[in-house]
Amino acid sequence: MTETSETRQVPVVERLLSANEQVAADNRAHFQAQQVTVINIMASPGAGKTTLLMATIAAMQERRIGVIEGDVASQVDADRIATTGAPVVQINTGGACHLDAPMIRGALVELPLDALDLVFVENVGNLICPVSFDLGQDFNVGLISVPEGDDKPYKYPGIFEAVDLVVVTKSDLMPYLDFDLDAFKTLVHGLNPDAPVLSLSAKTGVGMDAWVAWLETQLA
Amino acid sequence: MHELSVTEDILRIVREHAERAGASQVTDITLVVGELSSFIDDSIQFYFNMLSPDTVAEGAELHFKRISTRFRCRQCGTEFEPEGRDWICPECQALGGDVIAGKEFYVESIEVTSNGGNRDD
Repeated sequence: MTETSETRQVPVVERLLSANEQVAADNRAHFQAQQVTVINIMASPGAGKTTLLMATIAAMQERRIGVIEGDVASQVDADRIATTGAPVVQINTGGACHLDAPMIRGALVELPLDALDLVFVENVGNLICPVSFDLGQDFNVGLISVPEGDDKPYKYPGIFEAVDLVVVTKSDLMPYLDFDLDAFKTLVHGLNPDAPVLSLSAKTGVGMDAWVAWLETQLA
Repeated sequence: MHELSVTEDILRIVREHAERAGASQVTDITLVVGELSSFIDDSIQFYFNMLSPDTVAEGAELHFKRISTRFRCRQCGTEFEPEGRDWICPECQALGGDVIAGKEFYVESIEVTSNGGNRDD
């Protein structure tokens, strides 16, 4: 009777977050079956995500729009969206810094997907973590507000590389701040030449047309 | 604080591969983590210490291979590492490039021991 033990290396090479990605693939298939376009909105806290969504819902009355709101805590954003009459589900992540695909799957049952054309997912305010978690969305949109500064792509390249469109919000503040829109566009396109960069103010309505036109193109 | 769910994923993958390999103990786990992937070594280690007891991976050492972000210039194809505000291709001075490294996030390998003893049956 002998006891032997050997140490050996076992190659694995298995991507982490594959469990999330599997659920994201299920979500994506579900959205396709329901013929609904899903847009994941990522931005810093206070960039104007909810304000833009409210203005978008008002500007696209002929489209049936639903919203999934992600926040660490509270119902505040869902309550604001609800004033527009659009169906909305609030997800509270309880501390987590991003939404993930299982959270979206859980929220879907509360939305009348078969009666919607477009669903916005407002991710938790954060420029880093949401990028790593596929939700099953059709498009990623990154928002950056003028007060945040035009050098954000240097600091958070991941999000600018991951998005299909960049929207600069609060453009009405440009006369008062040093945001260089051309320099910002050059940086974004250095990383992601395919992502258009739009600039708008949900407050004044300037630039909303191009945003709505982009959305309509994705819905067509 | 998403490292908790990520660490659960690490443990799941490690246990599956350890079982398939007939291992009795996992001694080392090597993770490849790109600079852009937003995961913090210390935090993964913290949750690993919390989650791994009473599993085949209890006491295993985590090794992190950090991968720097690399661009491939779209003008001339030169590969380079951007640093801070320096995104300029060293060859042709074009700005930016396609990200060809830095997004990795996977379990590369594990080291395991197998007790082959009590073979007298």
